[in-house]
Amino acid sequence: MRRDKRERLWAFTVWVTVGFFILNLIGLIATVVVNSLGSRWFTTWLPVGWTTRWYTLAWDEFQLPAILLVTVEVVGAVVILAALIGVPAAYAMARRNFPGKQAVMMLFLLPLLVPPFTYGIPLATVLYEAHLAGTIWGVILANLVPTVPFVVLIMIPFVEQIDPRIEAAARVFGAGLGRLFVQVLVPLLTPGILAALLLVLVRTIAMFELTFLTAGPDSQTLVVALYYAVFAAGVRPGQSIDAMAVVYMVTTLAWLLIALRFVNPTQIVTRAKR
Amino acid sequence: MTPRPSLRRRLAERGLDGVTLLVLPCVVFVLALFVYPALYGLFLSFTPKQGGPLANYIRFFSDPFLYDTIYTTLLISVPVTILNVLLSIPVALRVRLMRHQRLLTTILVIPITLGTVLVAEGLLNYLGPRGWLNRTLMTFGVLDEPLRLLHNYWGVVLSLLITGFPFTFLLTLSYVTGIDPSLEQAGAMLGARARARFMRILLPLLVPGLTITLALSFVQAFSVFPSAVLLGAPSGPTRVIAIAAYQAAFEAYDASLASAIAMIMAAVQVLIVVALLGLKGLAYRGPVSTGKG
Repeated sequence: MRRDKRERLWAFTVWVTVGFFILNLIGLIATVVVNSLGSRWFTTWLPVGWTTRWYTLAWDEFQLPAILLVTVEVVGAVVILAALIGVPAAYAMARRNFPGKQAVMMLFLLPLLVPPFTYGIPLATVLYEAHLAGTIWGVILANLVPTVPFVVLIMIPFVEQIDPRIEAAARVFGAGLGRLFVQVLVPLLTPGILAALLLVLVRTIAMFELTFLTAGPDSQTLVVALYYAVFAAGVRPGQSIDAMAVVYMVTTLAWLLIALRFVNPTQIVTRAKR
Repeated sequence: MTPRPSLRRRLAERGLDGVTLLVLPCVVFVLALFVYPALYGLFLSFTPKQGGPLANYIRFFSDPFLYDTIYTTLLISVPVTILNVLLSIPVALRVRLMRHQRLLTTILVIPITLGTVLVAEGLLNYLGPRGWLNRTLMTFGVLDEPLRLLHNYWGVVLSLLITGFPFTFLLTLSYVTGIDPSLEQAGAMLGARARARFMRILLPLLVPGLTITLALSFVQAFSVFPSAVLLGAPSGPTRVIAIAAYQAAFEAYDASLASAIAMIMAAVQVLIVVALLGLKGLAYRGPVSTGKG
């Protein structure tokens, strides 16, 4: 049974690797939380004392209320607009075969496959020339570029699951396109729309590159403000930067947990099944 | 002779009617904010502040401070991508057999969701000379002096491992679970050992998926920016191409040069992806599931 032993050893090695990875992941997240709550922490395993004053300091010094407001506005606008543009397009893509459909599909896949930093520089240039970059609308438009096609790709399989006879019946009874959407499709598509929009929400909160390239001083979201805080470390105490990082982390992870009630974790990466 | 059907009817037969028009706003949006900026950037890169149309490109490829960024970025992104994919395959093959996959996939999706900025901030504490990692290694007597992992090459590599491994793993897992288990069972029944089953059955079936995983992971790693600034040495060993593009756009205010660098960045990515897909063309192409399909 030497071979059996070797297989078990192999499995053990794999699990140790995974365990080591997760241990380091927990370590790096925990250091942020612990540091944000510690009074002084230099040469010991844990801080000397515990305090919450870094949070009040971060709240005042980094203008967290204003940043959170901008984040909520940007994320809210992106989610609503992505749904309004993306869901009807997904319906058309799922239900009709038209000439050039392959090309349109390719067009929707590209913004998801090209990394944001690569197209972000030309996009920011165009938005600056249109005097939109630096404002909240520039940030919203930039964030819509990857999210609108994302909604389309997530929604197509959900539309395909609906029996077309239901739509046909609604049409026979005289429902126009508008009524068909409001009274038949949207209720049937609610699980899919919810899943797609929650994923858009989580992605937009964490979207650094595009926001970073298009935001002005008054249109920074939480993650960009965090970047500038870390970048200028030394100006402010590290613990209050970590307090801000914890605020960001809690916001993101709370929404991730809600999203994971409706979607599979692999969907965050693999977008849509083809 | 039957009368010719109306235009509306003829269009509808080809799939063009009111419903199809719903795709238009989305197409217009992507054209306006993705395709147009890309083309405009390409145009802008050929209209430099001074000199002929190719001045930006000549400048890029004659200034080591600029062209070295390609090499620097490849030196970071290629090893990380290969390592991530190589680690992902055995782990995904194990996890596929697991009953409670969901907990593990949830844990691994956390670093992707948190993003590179937060991971960078966490690693700044964690990998520091007095951070938990060095402290643990020194307590157990593995090291006498703390490892220098920050503000150099290794900081960036480690941050790309933390955010990149879950990404490649989840992609690989989705391809691995797509393979019909009965194919492997058939191999086992005919006496193939685990190693032979992997080399002869699973790996050939996985090659197309792995190529796409490799391409996507590489492209992500090649456009690394925040961790190269925060954890690396952005003026030296980790001056990646994204930093050069950013500095041209927002520090030198030379949108033309910045566009040229962005185009070079895209070209390198396209080149590598096309090469990978070309290699994929040599591999087996066929169904990964049995039965109707």
